[in-house]
Amino acid sequence: MADLLTRWRAALADQSPVAIATIIEGPGLGSKILVTPDDHIGTAGNPDLDKAIVEAARGLLEGGRTNTIHLGPRGQRRMEDVSVFIQSFAPPPKMFVFGAIDFAGATARIGKHLGYRVTVCDARPVFATKERFPTADEVVVGWPDEFLKTAEVDQRSVICVLTHDPKFDVPVLKEALNTEAGYIGAMGSRRTHDNRTARLKEEGVSDEELARISSPIGLDIGSRTPEETAVAIAAEIIALHTGHTGGRLADRSGPIHERTESRESGVARG
Amino acid sequence: MNPVIDKVVSWREEETKCALATVVKVEKSGPLGPGTSMAVSEDGQVVGSVSGGCVEPAVFEEAMSAIESGKPKLLTYGISDDEAFGVGLTCGGIIHIFVERVDW
Repeated sequence: MADLLTRWRAALADQSPVAIATIIEGPGLGSKILVTPDDHIGTAGNPDLDKAIVEAARGLLEGGRTNTIHLGPRGQRRMEDVSVFIQSFAPPPKMFVFGAIDFAGATARIGKHLGYRVTVCDARPVFATKERFPTADEVVVGWPDEFLKTAEVDQRSVICVLTHDPKFDVPVLKEALNTEAGYIGAMGSRRTHDNRTARLKEEGVSDEELARISSPIGLDIGSRTPEETAVAIAAEIIALHTGHTGGRLADRSGPIHERTESRESGVARG
Repeated sequence: MNPVIDKVVSWREEETKCALATVVKVEKSGPLGPGTSMAVSEDGQVVGSVSGGCVEPAVFEEAMSAIESGKPKLLTYGISDDEAFGVGLTCGGIIHIFVERVDW
């Protein structure tokens, strides 16, 4: 079997980043280049064109994005002879769930369902067990804030703080604000929220930083059970990512999907 | 990890010819985003999908002819094609699908 397909499958299996560039219009139609952060295989038939494609593919791969680019026959910018579809297969984004309670179990399950690599962390060894969270990729016994200091958090990561205990959630939220996480949510009643907000302010957290925290966590769908709450959390994560508000489609008009061509190729796909 | 690519690999291992159809662009409203793919084997097996079911039968035929000819093709389905080919998207979107025989 050809090298490219073998490498492609291996990268998907290892969850290592890989982009596939395909010429979909113009000279070299059907040519394919496999691009990783370190090397590439395949050719579009011209070394300068290859170079431009590899460069563009690495840029898209870094953000986990998929898009079509247009180049000249020798890779020139601002020319449109060659259309190249570049698909990124980035490793799955990460979900960090703090607080090993029933709500965490349901949130970890829906996180997996959406394609996240899920870590559950709690300081209490009795609760933070693999048996209680069979679907999680990783269960960590440790202080949430200390664990978060060492975790690799990027813009695609989501952090769900479900401890609703100020002893744990204030330090971990402060640490979460030091990361690039795309979503930070904190569970709790209105009262817990007010109390937590006051404590975070006392600790020097600014209003701007507080605005990054979705608290109380989740969309307002009237959820009560852990499963229902997990749906509300998941829906909020998706809505914030897409820039939608989360109301009923039946109550509004206009297109259902946004007009973007370069959205990350789905959290669950790739 | 990716059921479509996994299937393509297993077809290639047993030397079954196959084609891959990938959504490369979506205009207006469309159900599945760029990168979504469907593969077809020479004996007519299908894995994956490229829309909500509207264009799959047409893409299947195109994939079968790509397996035969080896020629890759960029296809467009949408409202403008609705009457001409009887293949449209009920959602009103336009999708561009690249179909290629798997030779790589």
